[in-house]
Amino acid sequence: MFKYLNPSYIFTITGKILNVLKFIVTPIIIIGVIFSVFVSPIDYIQGDAVRIMYIHVPSAWISLICFAAISFLAILNFLFKIKSATLFYKSLAPIGLTFCFIAIFTGALWGQPTWGTWWAWDARLTSMLILSFFYIIFICGYKLTSNSERSAKICSFISVLGLINLIIIKYSVSWWPTLHQPSSISLFRESTVHLSMLIPLIIMLFALLLYSALIFLMKYRIETIRVKKKSLKD
Amino acid sequence: MLNPKAKIRLSILVGAILFSAISIFLIFKTLEDNIIYFYSPSEIKQINDIDTNKSIRVGGMVKDGSIQTKKDEIKFIVTDFKNEIIVTFSGTVPALFAEGKGVVAEGKLQDKEFFLAKRILAKHDENYMPPEINKNLEQNAK
Repeated sequence: MFKYLNPSYIFTITGKILNVLKFIVTPIIIIGVIFSVFVSPIDYIQGDAVRIMYIHVPSAWISLICFAAISFLAILNFLFKIKSATLFYKSLAPIGLTFCFIAIFTGALWGQPTWGTWWAWDARLTSMLILSFFYIIFICGYKLTSNSERSAKICSFISVLGLINLIIIKYSVSWWPTLHQPSSISLFRESTVHLSMLIPLIIMLFALLLYSALIFLMKYRIETIRVKKKSLKD
Repeated sequence: MLNPKAKIRLSILVGAILFSAISIFLIFKTLEDNIIYFYSPSEIKQINDIDTNKSIRVGGMVKDGSIQTKKDEIKFIVTDFKNEIIVTFSGTVPALFAEGKGVVAEGKLQDKEFFLAKRILAKHDENYMPPEINKNLEQNAK
């Protein structure tokens, strides 16, 4: 059992997974792009602007999932002093931040031709912007503190606030009137996105998740090497 | 299962969660007017003292057959299927602005019936479908 928690064992196994991932990520992204740009139909009122959704929605989802994961890990580290959790969240946070920015940026690109504005201070857009601030503060929380005890406290407190913000993002479109449309896809009812548009969306989600996993593993291995190097110096 | 120190940390965490949740809830209660992006015509009806200088947003559906264009002025009715408000606007409207679709108008109230818009935003709903499917739906509805 403990064999699997051994950092050097994890290091070899992640190396093997990386080799497989490297091989499959690019083809899946290419398939996703072909489906979203060429195969999928235009929307009945948005026209071609609907294609922005295939990158916007998966990016937004990934940034939410990433924040949930880093919050969980930071709180775990705060409660039980699990040092290896810090390696995981340090590797995940920049990915989440990047996808959060992509979601905001592509949202603006979509908003201009459809709503008639790049940005609106409605509940969904504002809470998403706040999520990017939480990511930045979280990253500063571990980058700028040399004391690991203190950084665990800071990161877990940001996580608590950020988790509340995640709930606000999720329900913002149903609690308040917003310019952003309500959610189209839910686990509990039929999606209001037509199947011919849902398929490219799911392929893109899958492709971007794999891409995130690839970056995560690379970053995780770098962080591991960094820790090893530091302990060698000491 | 938990050692005493972890227990203390757990109670600090639970305290922090409760404290943050309650303070965020109170902040949101206070700022409710700012969080609401637009008012529906029914909510406008309920306002007692109308401030004609305050810039607000009104949102709802553009009533079918209500758009009238005169020179560079456009006049239409925003409805939430209970109450209505007449909106006048001069300028260009977004491409998605159409009858039977969602709209948010930014501007000032003249009185409870009239709204002078400075900017029009089109609101998209949660439905995404190819044009042929929409045609079929419309035919079936007839």
